[in-house]
Order: sequence, then C-alpha cells, then structure tokens
Amino acid sequence: MNLETLPLQLRDWIVDLFPSALQWFVHHLLSITAILTVFGLFFAFTTIAERKLLARLQNRLGPNRSGLPWFPKLKLWGLTQPFADAIKAITKEDVVPAVADKVLHFLAPVVIVAFSLLGFAVLPFGRHLLPVELDAALLYFFAAGSATELAIFMAGWGSRNKYSLLAAMRALAQLISYELPLILSVVPVVMVTGTLSTRAIVLDQGFWTFGVLPHWHVFTPWGFAGFLIFLVAALAESNRSPFDLPEAESEIIAGHLTEYSGFKYALFFMGEYFGLTALSGLGVTLFLGGWQAPCAFLEFIPSWLWFMGKLAGLIVFFIWIRGTLLRLRIDQLTRLSWKFLVPLALLNLGNAAFWALTAGWTGPLALARWAISAAIIVVPFILLGRRLSAGFAPRTYRYAA
Amino acid sequence: MTTPLLLIGILLLGGAGAAMLSRNLIHSALLLVGAWAGIAGFYLWAGAEFVAFAQVLVYVGAVSMVVLFAVLLTRQGATTAPVEFDSFQRAVAGFITAGGVAGVLLGAILGTPMDGPAAPAPAAITVKQLGAQLMGPHAAALLIVGVILTVALLGAILIAAVDKPEDPAP
Repeated sequence: MNLETLPLQLRDWIVDLFPSALQWFVHHLLSITAILTVFGLFFAFTTIAERKLLARLQNRLGPNRSGLPWFPKLKLWGLTQPFADAIKAITKEDVVPAVADKVLHFLAPVVIVAFSLLGFAVLPFGRHLLPVELDAALLYFFAAGSATELAIFMAGWGSRNKYSLLAAMRALAQLISYELPLILSVVPVVMVTGTLSTRAIVLDQGFWTFGVLPHWHVFTPWGFAGFLIFLVAALAESNRSPFDLPEAESEIIAGHLTEYSGFKYALFFMGEYFGLTALSGLGVTLFLGGWQAPCAFLEFIPSWLWFMGKLAGLIVFFIWIRGTLLRLRIDQLTRLSWKFLVPLALLNLGNAAFWALTAGWTGPLALARWAISAAIIVVPFILLGRRLSAGFAPRTYRYAA
Repeated sequence: MTTPLLLIGILLLGGAGAAMLSRNLIHSALLLVGAWAGIAGFYLWAGAEFVAFAQVLVYVGAVSMVVLFAVLLTRQGATTAPVEFDSFQRAVAGFITAGGVAGVLLGAILGTPMDGPAAPAPAAITVKQLGAQLMGPHAAALLIVGVILTVALLGAILIAAVDKPEDPAP
C-alpha cells in the first residue's frame, strides 16, 4: 500500500475492469471525473469556509444550522450548508428577459464554467498526478483562461440591459488590465527554469539547503516580487475583493449578472471559484514549490496532500484579504495595474535575467547576487510608490469639534 | 486520421460562412471567434501545439476583444449591418480586392505539388527548440514585429487621446 501512488492504483484497478478496447476512454474519463469531483467538492467547501471565516472576521457566527435531513439533532457545525445552497439554486425559477439574446444569454454561464475547468488539466497535483502532460503547459493554461472574457461579454451584451452592458465593459477593462501583470509575473519563472512545462518547473524547486530550507521560487528576490504581483493580479482576474467591483452591491447593481437568476447565477459563481482555485494552483506550482514538501524529512507525507494543503492555505489567505481590505474605485484599479504593477513586472523580468545569468556566482559572490537582485526590485518599488502616492499622503483627518 | 480534419474543416468553414451571412455584427464577431478556434484545432491536429495555444491566446483572447470593442464603440447601439452596398464604387472595389486575394490563394494552392512523395514525419519539436530558433536565426524578424506593434500601439493612443480642456471651475 503506497499512499503516494494510491490514486493511480485505484484508477488502474477500475480501468482493468473494462474490455481493452474501451480502456483508453475509461482512463481519460476517470481523470476528468476525478478533477470534477475533487474540485466540485473543493468549491462547495470553499463557499462554506468563506462564509464561516468572513463571519468570524466580522464577529458573527456564520451559517451553523443546516444539519442532515433525517437527523435534526446532528448539526455538524453547518457543514452541509453548500448542499442546501445547491438545491436552492437548482429549484429557483430561471428568469430570462423577453428581449434578451436567448442563445448568448444561455451560453455565457456554460462557457465560463467549461473554460475555467480546462486549466486544471495541466496542474501537477502530485509527484505522479498530472492529468495531461504538455510541453507548452503554461501557454495552454493562459489560453484556456482567455475565453472567460468572451463569456462576460456575452452575458453583458446578451442580457439587453444597459447596466449589464456597461458593467461588462468595465469588467473587461479590469480583466484586460490585469492579464498583463499576471502573465508578466509568470515569465520570470519560465526564464529561470527554461521550460514551459509545469512538471519540470516543480521538479526544479525540489532541493533543500541543509535539508530544511526549500529552494522554492518564492524564496528568491525575483520570485518573491513575482509572487506578490501574481497574487494581486490573480485577485483582480478572479473578481475577488478588493477588486470585486464588476459585481459589487454598491457598484452598478450586480454588473453583468443583473439579468441572471437561479442556477445560471450559481454557475457564474462556480466559474469564478474554479478560476480562483486554478490560478491559486498555478501560483502554488510556480512559486510555492508545487507538491514538494517544505523540509526533506517531511517527504513521507504524500505529495498530493502537500499540494492540496498549500492550495487551501492560499484560498484562506484570499478569504482573509476579502475580510480585511476595502474595495478600490475603477480609476484606482486601472491606475494600480498600468502605472505600478506593469512597470514593476517588467523590471522583475530584467531581475530574473540577471539571476539566470549569474547562476555561477558562489561564496561571497552569492551574497552580492542576492543583494543586487533585491535592490533591482526594492528600490524602484519604493521610488515608484512614493511618486504615485505623492500628494495623497500623509493623510489628514478632520473631526467635528 | 481524416475524420478529425473533416470535423475541424466543417467547424471552421461553417463558422466563417455563418459569420459572413449573419446580419447581426456581434453574432458575426462571435462566430468569427469560433472560426479562429477552429484554426487552432487544425494546428493541434497538425501537431503544432505551441502555435495552437498561441492562436487561442492571441485570437480568441485578445483580437476578439478588439473586434467587439470596435463594433460597440463605432456602431452606437445599432448592431445590424446594412444589407445593400453603400455605393457602386465600394462594391466594385470590394469585389476587386476579394477577387485578387482569392486569385493569389488559388494560384498558390494549385501551384503546390500535391502528389509528391510523402515527407518523412519530422521529430516532434519542443518549445525549447522553437524558442532557440526564434531568438537565434529569426531574432531580427521578432524584433521588427515587436517594434511595429509598439508603434501601432503608440499611434493608436496618439489618435485616441484628445486633450480636452478641463471643466471650468464652479
């Protein structure tokens, strides 16, 4: 019994039950089913974790009443809430505006869920668990994600509602603005590792200094800067707070979701959470060492558990941010991307080039390498930040006497 | 081997044909996106993984947005294309241009020897080899393309950015 390859053994055992002509089909079908099941449940429990954590951050209790149907005494801390939510969403009336473009109105939620699921195919969930191995896996990931913009446009335009259309255009402006820093923050990793394959990128981070200090990309100056830019851009790409103005209550009603109800509305949120989970998985793969254990002596824990643990940690971090930060205005949002994140990401590209070219520096030169690399990104960060916030700080507060 | 190609061809030509016939500009644009995705499918079928993903990223992700934004910003609400020609001259010019392009393409297709001996299947090219080729022998072409795109971007900003006088202070 080897925990590391347990999922593979299970799959091979099921595949062997079928006639050999069908085996390739069952093989792929099982991979797809596994992703849908695991991340479907992950989505369900992300929603309950988000509601509970946000409630705790706001000094409330959160949902804690829903129990099991036949055991009303058993509450399970409200953990069955997502299933109740799902039943509610399915049984709700589906209202389609009379003048809406019926086809596009229907297609938009389908497209957003389908394409946000595609990204999972190239994430290495464990040492032996990679659904599809591609040479150009990173390119595939971003290509799969590019259709969500089309879906938002379809939703906004197909609803035949001025609010929907205006908000969809704003959402598109946000997505396009932040796609640039997102991709630019990933390029340094490709530059240093010299590959687009997610498997090779994870393997590249699998060493330890003294057996305890992992060689993850986030622990290098360019990797740390890249990870921070990636986090901000990923938040904006998945419409999460503090960048949730496409659908925020205080903005243009509910944005491109205005004319959606029932299960279609739920599908949009499902697509959004899938997108966030896939992007977090990519962040874990590129910067946080993927399925690698943080210390050499912890390697006995199966690699897929490490991956899922890091993924859950990142999601909780995003929920924490949602409970803490205030929402940006649309002009602040675009300014942050174009004037701050994009120049820093470009500088970080040069930083990674420096890091890749000085790979041979050892001894005291290694310290100089760290210092120069850190200076390349920290000095512009401070200068740029000071220039952009000139005139806004220090803040003065005036109170009624 | 030919069934997938046939399916891709039907998707591609069907999408392009429907885009041409549709009177609704937004529908046309979205159908065109489908045709572009069909081209990406063809690249995948031909084994050019990298080009296929780049096609999806650039055309389905970026060019489609430019097309849709252009339609929405210039049409001001009316998204139905006029059925008749604007003027006789335009119709003639359109037919001459389209005919010229079609002639060049047909000439190229008919001029290609089709029944030659099948070339031995080349070994699968990795992305790394592709990158080395682009950055080595073809670096100049890559740089020129980059400069052209930058100039186009700056030109577009210059045309679009009209300095309006600030609102008079109340």
